[in-house]
Amino acid sequence: MSPDLTPDDYMTVAAARALRDGDVLFVGIGLPSTAANLARRTHAPGLVLIYESGCIGSKPTTLPLSIGDGELAVTADSVVSVPEIFNYWLQPGRIEVGFLGAAQIDRYANINTTVIGGDYDKPKVRLPGAGGAPEIAALCGEVIVIVRQNARTFREKVDFVTSVGYGDGPGSRERLGLPGKGPVKVITDLGVLEPDPDTCELTMTQLHQGVDIEQAREATGWELKVADEIGTTEAPSDEELSALRDLLDTQKAAA
Amino acid sequence: MAELLSLSEAVAGVINDGDSVAFEGFTHLIPFAAAQEVIRQRRRDLTVIRLTPDVIFDQLIGAGCVRKLVFSWGGNPGVGSLHRFRDAVENGWPAPLELEEHSHAGMANRFAAGASNLPFAVLRGYVGTDLPERTPSIKPIECPFTGEQLTAVEALNPDVGVIHAQRADREGNVQLWGIVGVQKETVLASTRSLVTVEEIVDELEPLPGAIVLPHWTVTCVAEAPHGAHPSYAQGYYDRDNAAYRAWDPISRERERFEQWLEEEIFATEGASA
Repeated sequence: MSPDLTPDDYMTVAAARALRDGDVLFVGIGLPSTAANLARRTHAPGLVLIYESGCIGSKPTTLPLSIGDGELAVTADSVVSVPEIFNYWLQPGRIEVGFLGAAQIDRYANINTTVIGGDYDKPKVRLPGAGGAPEIAALCGEVIVIVRQNARTFREKVDFVTSVGYGDGPGSRERLGLPGKGPVKVITDLGVLEPDPDTCELTMTQLHQGVDIEQAREATGWELKVADEIGTTEAPSDEELSALRDLLDTQKAAA
Repeated sequence: MAELLSLSEAVAGVINDGDSVAFEGFTHLIPFAAAQEVIRQRRRDLTVIRLTPDVIFDQLIGAGCVRKLVFSWGGNPGVGSLHRFRDAVENGWPAPLELEEHSHAGMANRFAAGASNLPFAVLRGYVGTDLPERTPSIKPIECPFTGEQLTAVEALNPDVGVIHAQRADREGNVQLWGIVGVQKETVLASTRSLVTVEEIVDELEPLPGAIVLPHWTVTCVAEAPHGAHPSYAQGYYDRDNAAYRAWDPISRERERFEQWLEEEIFATEGASA
């Protein structure tokens, strides 16, 4: 990895590349929003960004700090109410890709953003909670998770299921009646995991440049499955990097 | 007709100890000035309701106004944790906090059901998550036409709905635009309502995409310029992202928070945040 490239840069660029031009995307704040806006400034200018604040087709020129910054509303094709964004837009499956983060994730890509440790009524750490995630995970055509990989986050079992990935494994989503395909990629600062087509278990299929598989194993709280042929993330191009720096500068300038 | 009152008269008039109070505004138009007046008047035992508790509820919880929180996402957007909320849940300070936890889709539908005078709303949601086990206001329901399993969430009908809007006229007709969240549903679902506005004008100019709440749906209106700060009021001022970041160190320690409370809330009077 070249010295001015951070693992987060790789993660953001890899997540941006996972998006196709023209995709309709439900965007969460933080890394998902950075990656989505990077994609829109590079290979996917036709990406349609939808924010849970009710903004449809936002084209922000600065990187927003919240999912409801004024910039998202004034650059949107349409702004609708919160009941409408969930009921008319997300629920019927009109949104192709959902982009989620996680505080804990297990081998079946179930996500916890609710509580860690202790019990629900007296947790060790109280996290923000569900937000839009349970329905995004259930109802988007597919889901991409973006999360830093370490043994605290990648858990054998999550302390609370806030959003369902593949439940207990094959057939779970069908039994629960969840219409979306579920998580198709988990993009981390070390590489990319994808569900095994037969077992649904997250499998390391790609490593970023300079990362070895032992690092990924150590950063995973279960015995990590590795693809027979593991790929390497192509280094961010000059175009991608300068677009990313410009984007992050717009947020600093607005602060 | 909605009564035009000062903010302190309005809060004193419509919000009582023990009430359930929804403060809505999704990132935009968050009624900070009204919530801070509630702190100033030392209301207690409130059930506070809001999709995104945000800094506004961190302040109410830390100040000891809240007994129960009904919500779906409790963080400082783009910054991190709400430290006063966490201290209440993790350590019971300044008082234990009861939680009723939902997703955004569930909360939005609960307000819509409340506004529609229905006992519950139906959605495709929560299935397979641990939330229904923790939250009694989420139940499975069978579609009477197809037999499909869906999810019901109980309607929300707060005692008081509090929102902030751009402007109102002298009859109390309220106009708001930009990101409108669930504010209309909140006012219509609540028994009483308090709307703070940036300004009171002689006549409301129609604006494309704006919502108007007629005066006969609103209990009282109070002028509170800058009353959504540090969130924003489209057409008036931008979100003060620096203030959201500054909240993190203020709220991290109890002592510094209490100092903030003393200096910024109790030592001040009036409407501006």
